[in-house]
Amino acid sequence: MSGVEAAVVSGFGRFGTGLRKFASRLPLHVVIIVIALLWMTPAFGLLVSSFRPSTAIATSGWWTAFQTPFQFTLNNYGSVLSQQGMARSFLNSLIISVPGTVIPILVAGFAAFAFAWMKFRGRNVLFMFMVALIVVPIQMTLIPVLRLLTVTHLVGTFPGIWLAHTAYGLPFAVFLLTNFFAQLPKELLESAYLDGASNIRVFFRLILPLSVPALASLAIFQFLWVWNDLLVALVYLQDPSKSPMTVTINNLVSSFGTQWQLLTAAAFISMILPLVIFIALQRYFVEGITTGAVKG
Amino acid sequence: MAEVRFENVTKRFGDTIAVNNLNLEIPDKEFLVLVGPSGCGKTTALRLLSGLEELTEGNIFIGEQLVNNIAPKDRNVAMVFQSYALYPHMTVYNNMAFGLSLRKVPKAEIERLVTEAAHILNIEDLLKRKPRQLSGGQRQRVALGRAIVRNPAVFLLDEPLSNLDAKLRVQTRAELNKLHQRLGTTFVYVTHDQIEAMTMASRIAVLDKGVLQQVGTPGELYDRPANVFVAGFIGSPAMNFFEVTVGGSDDKLFLESGSFRLLVPASKTATLVPYRGRGITLGIRPEDIHDKEYVPTGIDASAPVRAKVDVIEMMGNELFIYLVSGKHRFLARVDPRVKSRPGQDMEVVFNLSNMHAFEAESQKAIPGKPD
Repeated sequence: MSGVEAAVVSGFGRFGTGLRKFASRLPLHVVIIVIALLWMTPAFGLLVSSFRPSTAIATSGWWTAFQTPFQFTLNNYGSVLSQQGMARSFLNSLIISVPGTVIPILVAGFAAFAFAWMKFRGRNVLFMFMVALIVVPIQMTLIPVLRLLTVTHLVGTFPGIWLAHTAYGLPFAVFLLTNFFAQLPKELLESAYLDGASNIRVFFRLILPLSVPALASLAIFQFLWVWNDLLVALVYLQDPSKSPMTVTINNLVSSFGTQWQLLTAAAFISMILPLVIFIALQRYFVEGITTGAVKG
Repeated sequence: MAEVRFENVTKRFGDTIAVNNLNLEIPDKEFLVLVGPSGCGKTTALRLLSGLEELTEGNIFIGEQLVNNIAPKDRNVAMVFQSYALYPHMTVYNNMAFGLSLRKVPKAEIERLVTEAAHILNIEDLLKRKPRQLSGGQRQRVALGRAIVRNPAVFLLDEPLSNLDAKLRVQTRAELNKLHQRLGTTFVYVTHDQIEAMTMASRIAVLDKGVLQQVGTPGELYDRPANVFVAGFIGSPAMNFFEVTVGGSDDKLFLESGSFRLLVPASKTATLVPYRGRGITLGIRPEDIHDKEYVPTGIDASAPVRAKVDVIEMMGNELFIYLVSGKHRFLARVDPRVKSRPGQDMEVVFNLSNMHAFEAESQKAIPGKPD
């Protein structure tokens, strides 16, 4: 049997081995496709629902939408954006998320540079303390931080929530960037110092440009976390005019519990930006995750 | 353009002493090579000079200035690293211009200096490329160029050739020599390769275990090594050493090795008389051991030594023969016409007028070496 098989394979040559390789991977492909389909089905259902009129949603399942007569509409999106304030919330989400991503990464970058390349007393202890903060559950911090923000009159302001997101994002960001910076070649930095560069110059002209993969993946993580955050915004940002989309959608659920067409449309509006970012930067996303994994 | 002076410089890393009480003067415009086996402290010495490492004790001067507490960037030194350390995200031009722009040199001047350096190094057509698009040799030139444009007082080179292939290394050696002559700057060059040291240096400083063993011109080190370490390190293939006992009478000294006995030539007798009855280390370079049939004129061939041929390496213009005599193993570098075969015995002649003698205990050279 095996002799025959060997003969066949050698007869087919390259083609034979290629075929065998494909055959051996077939189960893997099948499993991946099945999992992907299972995961995507509900999301696809939501997407279809968001384009259906409310009467259709109330009377039939989303999978019936592909029969005649086709009943698709953009009214749900229009209604959500104009009447339910999603347009304003989208803007608020941006106002919160962009500084909520840039500030922690910049601060973490400075800290990571110091942890990775500067010699100072207590460096290791401080770094371990910083990394240990990753395990602190966010719920534990809500009340003390809220008090602090109240005292400083930052409750309900954008700077207040930027600070909160910066604090929550810092430990992991410092950890990831320190590990990444530390594996840059030492001679490169020494060469720059000999060339006359100060630490600030080395950071901006050398470290940052060379760390684009790590920075990009970190930025994606942090942006998604801030963009999708409901809890932090709910607690610290008690002004409805500044609500991000997560809070607005949450309110939609409570006040229009049965209006599926509005909820689905709002959910998809909130997903657009993360999707675009993920697709645009997915190369860095994968690269950054593996970098962190190997070094961490 | 400056001289460099190390005064009692010591560098410790925790309990290990990397550089131990180094005293070294490097005159202006000299090409000094620091050489030694890995871990001997040569790179540390260079890094102390660059300021990338802080010294534990002692003083370092560049010109008349004490630089102990001066930042690397203000020492007016440029360094070429073993890994080249080119900035990977910058073009060749920007790599060379980086240091100048940090020093606020006007743009036009930067362009002039970079173009000039690129011309010297023959990399004018690479200026717009990124380091990853360059070959090893080209990267090495860019690293040199980055140092040249700064016009430093001292050039520091840390094993700059070790990442190049053998052929390119030989070629670059000659070019570095030319570059040194052209720039007229003090060069301090670190290598573990004694051939690089011999071919390029005005003077060589040999280090071992953090201690300076000897400083001198390549010729001095080769002909008059100060101790067994230098004798064995400088020269390829390495010098042969024999533990021998000095015997005989005051006017007729012998060296007894156990398996052979050598007559000390008259020129060496006086220096070895005080060691009569004691053991010394005899050093003979492979080229001073000749086949009995092909002894050059003027060498006493009357008392050949019998030895067994172990391995023969044919180099084309010469033969390296590994020989065994009693407990001694040694290497002879002989005329290619020699017809010995492995396993056979052959008779060789030691040219003792070129012998080196070292004290057995201290391993230091016994004065009165060949002239």
